[in-house]
Amino acid sequence: MSVTETTEDRPVEESERPPEQHRASVTGTTLNVFSHTFLVVWLVMAAAPLVLVVLNSFRPHGDIVSEPFGLPTSLEWDNFTNAWTSANIGRYALNSLIILAGSLTGTMLLGAMAAYVLARFDFPGNRLLHLLFVGGMMFPIFLALVPLFFVLNNMGLLNTRQGLILVYIAYSLPFTIFFLVSFFRTLPGGVQEAAMLDGASHSRTFFQVMLPMAKPGLISIGIFNFLGQWNQFVLPRVLNVGDPDDAVLPQGLAALMVQQGYEGDWGALYAGVSLAMLPVLTVYVAFQRQVQNGLTAGAVR
Amino acid sequence: MEDTTQRAGKDVTGSGGRGSEDRLTPGMRLRLAVAFVLPPRFTPDSVRYDRRYRKLDQYRFIVWFLAAPLLVYGIFVVSPFVQAFFYSMTDWTGYSSSYRFTGFENYERMWNDDKFWDATRNSLLLLVVAPVVTLALGLFFSYMLTAGGRRRSEAVAGVTGSGLYKIVYFFPQVLSLAIIAVIWARIYSPRSGALNAGLDAVGLGSWQREDWLGSSWAIWCVLIVLCWSFVGFYVVLFSAAMSSIPNEIYEAARLDGAGRSLTFFRITFPLTWETVRTGWVYMGIQALDAFALVNVMVPEHGMDVLPSYLFSKAFRDGQAGYATTIGVALFLITLVFAAVMMRIGRRDRIEM
Repeated sequence: MSVTETTEDRPVEESERPPEQHRASVTGTTLNVFSHTFLVVWLVMAAAPLVLVVLNSFRPHGDIVSEPFGLPTSLEWDNFTNAWTSANIGRYALNSLIILAGSLTGTMLLGAMAAYVLARFDFPGNRLLHLLFVGGMMFPIFLALVPLFFVLNNMGLLNTRQGLILVYIAYSLPFTIFFLVSFFRTLPGGVQEAAMLDGASHSRTFFQVMLPMAKPGLISIGIFNFLGQWNQFVLPRVLNVGDPDDAVLPQGLAALMVQQGYEGDWGALYAGVSLAMLPVLTVYVAFQRQVQNGLTAGAVR
Repeated sequence: MEDTTQRAGKDVTGSGGRGSEDRLTPGMRLRLAVAFVLPPRFTPDSVRYDRRYRKLDQYRFIVWFLAAPLLVYGIFVVSPFVQAFFYSMTDWTGYSSSYRFTGFENYERMWNDDKFWDATRNSLLLLVVAPVVTLALGLFFSYMLTAGGRRRSEAVAGVTGSGLYKIVYFFPQVLSLAIIAVIWARIYSPRSGALNAGLDAVGLGSWQREDWLGSSWAIWCVLIVLCWSFVGFYVVLFSAAMSSIPNEIYEAARLDGAGRSLTFFRITFPLTWETVRTGWVYMGIQALDAFALVNVMVPEHGMDVLPSYLFSKAFRDGQAGYATTIGVALFLITLVFAAVMMRIGRRDRIEM
């Protein structure tokens, strides 16, 4: 596919334009209609459950039972007050935030440190350590779950925030390191040497020169870890089972479903789901390109 | 560390300058030792630019930076994985610290455990069907997005509004699977669930079921939710892969008279195959998990997949030893799956 070839082709196409153009525009239109039909069908299928949740969160319980589909006739704000107070959504969100603040910082810091050393320094055992970290991606978390429970129990970290933070960090490391190692390898080595020659220590070079250069990669993997840890369900379901007040948001919603099943207040359940869902979706829409890149980053390479 | 200094000395023999500075005088040795213990900024200038000190400093840095990640990773990831293989051969209940080594008794029991095989069948069903359905839909929609429109003088063109489609398709990906499970549990619910109401509305009232999630339909219900939540991810992933295919290739195919579907199977699919295969492995691993969906949606004693069966054995029935045996089985399935995927799909990478 050389450039000359295409430029040579163009005049020929241009001279044949009139009949060709007509045909192309007709097939183009049918094709457009064809593809848009399918695309819209899936658009509706992807969005409908979420729209239904939001609509129903404004309707009183009785209406929802008699007619699952329907527009709210009046805005039932009580649902949200119920979800917020009795179902503790605010509390769960706060728990999630506190844990995330610790675990995300820790994951990014430890992950970047290990990845930098593994990517930029040659030392005996380098490949082995890299394999050890990256190999963690191959093991299903459920294999480790039972012993992990007792490891935390023995250390007195079961049902604590610190314990959950450390576990989140540990299980985020394999992918974070895998991703960042290949990212650090793409950075030019000359800058690192120059910093060293100017008398900067290794850690100073890392924090003040290499980390800022790795910013795009850090943002991608940061978003990936943010969503992964915010949405984590398996680990807290097993390791955070003490006080129901300490539940994180996904746990809290699962519990809310059971609770509202008994109490029979679907309105409050939908309101709770909306409260948990809408902030994430809003942030996602605002930064959709970065989020999409972040979540698909690892699979592309 | 002594060893590394020696090696460092040897490593650079080729670069010349192997003079008197390589012989360690006691004074130099002391200064190196002091510099090694103190933070870098207090390093005396006399050793700062010494080759041996630089090497020493580098190793100190490596150890210092790897210590914390390795410690956390070792305690919470490596050690539980290693312990799991050991506990799978014990009769440990998990309630007390005492257990007996029973060899392969758990494995024998698992072999004869009907519920284990039910769960395995369900997990394998998800493992086989979910990636095929999800990736097929993902490829279909992403091809529609990248090549579904046609503009003048362009071989392929994306449809208008492809950005909007991608945004909405991706919605389920940013939500927790627990939230998705809650939403779909309500849809499948016999009491004012959207599925039954919807069937009624389109005149298929006879298809309604009292308990979608308590019957043999449960695994299919879970499968649908799993596919639904991941299609958007693959649309975005494959769209990116497809847009990296140069337009000239499409143009050449069009001049040769290839239609849309032929272009897809002969050009787009082979050129995105690497991404598809990686995505397949990832989806398979997601399908083998499916714990959040089953745990939240399906009522107890309804239907199990391997992770949920393991969970109930370990944390409800107090059979921690047996549960880890199930974990080993799950691990083996994952391993076989990944190995198969890596083998069957291997082709030469096409450079573009």
